[in-house]
Amino acid sequence: MRLRTWLPPGAARGLGRRLLLALALAPPTAWLAQAVLPGAAGYGTALTRSLAISLCAWAAVDLGRFLLRGSLGAAPPHYWPPPRGAALLLGLGLPAGVLAGIALGELLAGPSAVAGGAGAVAAFALAVAGAMTVVFYSRGRQEALARQVEAARLAALKAQLDPHMLFNTLATLRALIATDPPRATAMLDRLVGFLRATLGASRAETHSLAAERAWIEDYLALMQIRLGARLTARWDIPTALEPVQLPALLLQPAVENAIRHGIEPKPEGGRIEISARREGGELLIRVRDTGVGLPAAAQDRFGLVQLRERLRLLHGSAASVALAAAGDAEGGALVTLRLPMALPVAPSAP
Amino acid sequence: MSPGPRALIAEDEPLLAAALAAGLAACWPGLALLPPAPDGAAVLAAALAHRPDVCFLDIRMPRLDGLAAAHAIIEDWPHDVPPPLMVFVTAHDEYALRAFEAQALDYLLKPVEHGRLAACVARLMRQLGDRREPAAALDDAVAQLRAVPAPAAVGAPRLHVIRAQASEVVHLVPVEEVLYFAAADKYVRVVTAEREHLIRLSLRDLLPRLDPQRFWQVHRGLVVQARHILAARREETGRVLLTLRGRPETLVASRMFAHLFRGM
Repeated sequence: MRLRTWLPPGAARGLGRRLLLALALAPPTAWLAQAVLPGAAGYGTALTRSLAISLCAWAAVDLGRFLLRGSLGAAPPHYWPPPRGAALLLGLGLPAGVLAGIALGELLAGPSAVAGGAGAVAAFALAVAGAMTVVFYSRGRQEALARQVEAARLAALKAQLDPHMLFNTLATLRALIATDPPRATAMLDRLVGFLRATLGASRAETHSLAAERAWIEDYLALMQIRLGARLTARWDIPTALEPVQLPALLLQPAVENAIRHGIEPKPEGGRIEISARREGGELLIRVRDTGVGLPAAAQDRFGLVQLRERLRLLHGSAASVALAAAGDAEGGALVTLRLPMALPVAPSAP
Repeated sequence: MSPGPRALIAEDEPLLAAALAAGLAACWPGLALLPPAPDGAAVLAAALAHRPDVCFLDIRMPRLDGLAAAHAIIEDWPHDVPPPLMVFVTAHDEYALRAFEAQALDYLLKPVEHGRLAACVARLMRQLGDRREPAAALDDAVAQLRAVPAPAAVGAPRLHVIRAQASEVVHLVPVEEVLYFAAADKYVRVVTAEREHLIRLSLRDLLPRLDPQRFWQVHRGLVVQARHILAARREETGRVLLTLRGRPETLVASRMFAHLFRGM
């Protein structure tokens, strides 16, 4: 139980899984060793040695990187150290583990008598253990990345179903049912469209710019019923760009911030402008409002942090988000998104 | 005796303001409604001008949110009139819910159900019926509002030097030298022993970047560095007058923050 307190939460399961895998690979390794290193004793001896080496190499590399995560610089979510720490781990930890394993094997099964001596055994064991480490490393990174992408998508979905927005909309709807049934119906239709697109986006990874626009139009229509004349919208999206694919509901945080932090706090309201254009291989999207402008801590706005994270995970440094003052007489804020153009595969003519 | 009770609704969405007014008209026929206020600043002005018996405050409003508006109303309320009973209205605000769960103040969730509104009205009528004398009622309101936590500032780094621009020159003022910060429209006045500067930052944005141990908010528009306060004198109205080291002027702490100046 002491060991558990040294490990980061949730690490024990992965460690156990990798230990079992390392031990399970020992029998075929022992068989391989007999084939490549002639002169070895019987299969039982080779298996004992192989198990000992597997165990020690696993302890040095896998357990070691968790226990020494502080000095190696290994960080969540996958705890594989950055290049310097990795060099240390593979250059010192792995050989030390392999040597300890060889020693343990000799202790248990007697001295080895293979052709080429201890050097050949060490080289062979090191090669096998190194290969396994590389496989674990790349799998660990991939799984961690996939989990992060999924978490970012869920966070985005949660933000789209902002309870404040939802219940204010329902309250307005309730008021309209009594006073203006046709408008209540129109609002309900918009709400249905909005919810359908939001839930759809939780399943689809990407959708077209046209679909993104339709969804935002529903959202803006709902907000317009609530805010009345205080909110106006202007679009500038060339028809040629409509089929371009982008992560579903990517613009949501930018549009919501423009309304919530820009236009809603301004007694006389304002306008939101959404435009897209192509710049070389990049898609450039601008979301601008004429609201109250930027407070000091604007860069930390939850939605933008999340948007940035989502783009980073999907496109790395190829995409960017910038928030700035709109910089003209009308004031307000401007969010500029750049991401690699992703056109759908053109359907081939029949 | 004044005629009947009067209420003020603060809500930035006209449809929702009208719906609440209609709901109140149905379950409290004797209540007179003042014209609804569309934002926090308007509700403060209207409340002080018309002195309603009840305020229905939306939490999220332009300019001044409902909680800040309630604070401001109680701060500036005359001490010889009973303060209004405050009812907060919110669509979904976990922080507001948390705050009011422990409090005697009422809150309503949007959409406001008829039955829930009727229960709120019954409670308000009961409280208006046995309203205590103004000063005690005001103390109660202060105590209740003080228990409402202010929203936490998110990751704002502490300020060590104030950069105050005056035309072409930027003055660097170490925060230790600042005696007080006073809100002035869209600016904040930064006052030191020698002179004063203007910075284009709201007090609300500035406050989370100051050390709360050293800089005390004593009024919604005033933050004083504690070690520069020489003495505090309590007035009958509940306000506290502060004299400073190195400045001739007297500052006023509101009753909302008077608890900071009790003797040890």
